[in-house]
Amino acid sequence: MSTLHTVNKSPFERANLDACLGHALPGDAILLIEDGVFAAMKATNLAARMTDAAKTFKLYALAADLKARGMDPANVVDGCTVVDYAGFVDLAAANSAVNAWL
Amino acid sequence: MDEEFESGVVKKFMYVNRKAPYGTIYALEVLEMVLISAAFDQDVHMAFLDDGVYQIKKGQDPMSGAGMKNFSPTYRALEGYDIEKLYVEQESLEERGLTEADLLVPVEVLSRADMAKLMGEMDVILGG
Repeated sequence: MSTLHTVNKSPFERANLDACLGHALPGDAILLIEDGVFAAMKATNLAARMTDAAKTFKLYALAADLKARGMDPANVVDGCTVVDYAGFVDLAAANSAVNAWL
Repeated sequence: MDEEFESGVVKKFMYVNRKAPYGTIYALEVLEMVLISAAFDQDVHMAFLDDGVYQIKKGQDPMSGAGMKNFSPTYRALEGYDIEKLYVEQESLEERGLTEADLLVPVEVLSRADMAKLMGEMDVILGG
């Protein structure tokens, strides 16, 4: 069964996202939340890497946290799906474990 | 007021903002500190670099979804406290795919090297 990984720290400040990408298995779900959502945006210096990651993993970003930070949900990288809190719950239920990269 | 304040010594203060808003309390706490400092008539500079540039991103709405207070309009009120020296680091914007047009207050955009120089001219530097 697959795992849901959550990343809640900014990729520009901490290595949480790197650690997650280095340990998640193909087909796992990665949900960006809180300051982690900055990694979902187009035009950052890690956008190419995230677009690639979205091909190996199922990549998601939480709508409320994008909106809080003035990040346009329409501007996330290709392959990233924006989900609401109910979608977060669905992901937790659909995967056998949740791994929070704090 | 004690004698030091009466003597009218004005120092160059810089508040260095390096954290995104909402994920941690740093951004809000620095803003509170800056507003308090306005009472002391010092030469205040605010620097936004690294994730600090996200503090002044347009279009923040933390209330409707995440239930947090939107304190970003307060940056627009700084002018009313005579705090008008806002500096943003160019490289920090670029790394994050942002431009000056994404910011909600008028700022001076500086290169990292010029930001370093400006920091070197300060009497007091407070980070957050």
